[in-house]
Amino acid sequence: MSGRVWIVLQQREGQLHRMSREAIAAGQRLAAELGASAEAVVLGAGIGSAAQAAAGHALTRVRVADAEALSHYTPGAYVETLAAAMAAESPDWVVFPHTYQTVDYLARLAQRVGATVIPEATGFVRDGDGLLFRRPILGGKLEAKVRVKGEGTAFVSVQSGAFQADSATTGSAPIEALPVPAAAVPDREILGVETVAGEKLDLTKVDVIVAVGRGVGGADKMAPVEELAKTLGAEIAASRPVIDNGWLPRDRQIGSSGQTVTPRLYIAAGISGAIQHTVGMKGSQVIVAINKDPGAPIFNIARYGIVGDLHEVLPAITKAIREGRG
Amino acid sequence: MRIAVCVKQVPDTEARLRLARDGKWIEEEDLPFVLNESDEYALEEALAITEKLGGEVVVFSLGPERAKEALRKALALGAVRAVHLNDNAFAGGDALANGRALAAAIRREEFDLVLTGSQSDDLGWGGTGSVVAGELGWPHAWLVMGIEIEDGGGSARVTREMESGMNEIFRLKLPAVLQVQAGINHPRYPSLKGIMAAKKKPIDDLSPTDLGLSAAGSAASRIELVSVAFPESGGGAEILQGDTDVVAKLLVEKLTKEARVIA
Repeated sequence: MSGRVWIVLQQREGQLHRMSREAIAAGQRLAAELGASAEAVVLGAGIGSAAQAAAGHALTRVRVADAEALSHYTPGAYVETLAAAMAAESPDWVVFPHTYQTVDYLARLAQRVGATVIPEATGFVRDGDGLLFRRPILGGKLEAKVRVKGEGTAFVSVQSGAFQADSATTGSAPIEALPVPAAAVPDREILGVETVAGEKLDLTKVDVIVAVGRGVGGADKMAPVEELAKTLGAEIAASRPVIDNGWLPRDRQIGSSGQTVTPRLYIAAGISGAIQHTVGMKGSQVIVAINKDPGAPIFNIARYGIVGDLHEVLPAITKAIREGRG
Repeated sequence: MRIAVCVKQVPDTEARLRLARDGKWIEEEDLPFVLNESDEYALEEALAITEKLGGEVVVFSLGPERAKEALRKALALGAVRAVHLNDNAFAGGDALANGRALAAAIRREEFDLVLTGSQSDDLGWGGTGSVVAGELGWPHAWLVMGIEIEDGGGSARVTREMESGMNEIFRLKLPAVLQVQAGINHPRYPSLKGIMAAKKKPIDDLSPTDLGLSAAGSAASRIELVSVAFPESGGGAEILQGDTDVVAKLLVEKLTKEARVIA
């Protein structure tokens, strides 16, 4: 096999997104597996520093689409710019970091250029002449293996943490300009960016967190959680469904749209462990999982697990701590 | 305003899953199915907009016969009519094939706005809505956390979730496709009156031929699902065994003496 692998990098205010380096690592591995060459593309306005950072990797080149129309991300301008570049050169594979920005335009770009999409890839293995990609499905409870059929460009978006940023091979790549077509114009009027209301509590500096998921069952059922948190001197946090249901304020949300924390101890009660939550807490020193479902993916990343109802288990833990202290 | 809402019926994410014998999918017998979570929020948003500004909501779904339960629920909540892309040929489609088919169905009528959920809880990742938008040539946005209709329905002020607790705010021209994030509102529950009324509301079944599609489902997709499996645990947790009081004591002992994270 041979061919060309592109890696589309994400930047903000001239800084590469954390997951852009993970995408470089994934793209380099994919190219090595295919005997292909890898090159990077980055879009924005006045983003020389992001281009320089990308050029410090083993890539055949880094191409920069630099235009005022790309100064703020919009699907309209991004899709037009990338579609024009792909129409000109038909890459075989295009790797993207699976971020909120990428997902916003990825399927539309694929539809536009006739590509297919392997979303949220966590890895790949050789399968005869082709490749098998792994991706989480059903909230991370299962893992699917998928492959591409037929001819044409395939997009792969890589899940956060699936490829290590520091495994990207360094080097020195030439920087070239990527033309921005006249049709690449923002398809919306940007009015601003705001911090989500209520984002006041900083959980990133907390030592112990007791986090609850949908399994807690309601705002009126928090007593055992509060008791344990009080006994441990911990803060209470939650996964997204708890916040969406209004059982706890939004500033206590952990995960991709909330805070990212690394406490000494993280007790996850009634949380199944979907990737949207685990990206925000998997760096915790010790994770304890309590869940009724022994198949819940949270048990894969926890150090200790208890299969059971949190409404029975949490009071028992509180009691055991108090007894231990005499 | 006339609003189309795309919904999907998915396995209940709280359900205990078993693998099908062929290892290609999950065992669907006895598995509870529900209206996809973020789609409930999209439907609520559409109903709230039409209650405020006038108009009506039509629901669309692609799926097997059982998906009618999800459509009936949407009708019970207040949608006036349902369109069901219901044909074996639709099975096994990816976001691109499904988005194209839904757009072909939506295009048969005039709409000012299309709402979808942000992603389906089974195989979804958030792609379908933006494919619908691409097919229709309308702007779109994913992870929408706020919609204010402006300019007598000519535009919308949209709040979109970004990473790390930030939101982006922008103005889009309508018609547009907005992929609504869970948590944007508080979805209502169906009333008994609504459930009774839903029984009389029409559900139109459509096939790929009705939509003028030469291919649909897996035949129109370039992604093949080879197998599904429970993920290999990366080391995995040490599962503490015993009665509740026993495991609680054991856990506290381990946290104190082994992991040394509590005093």
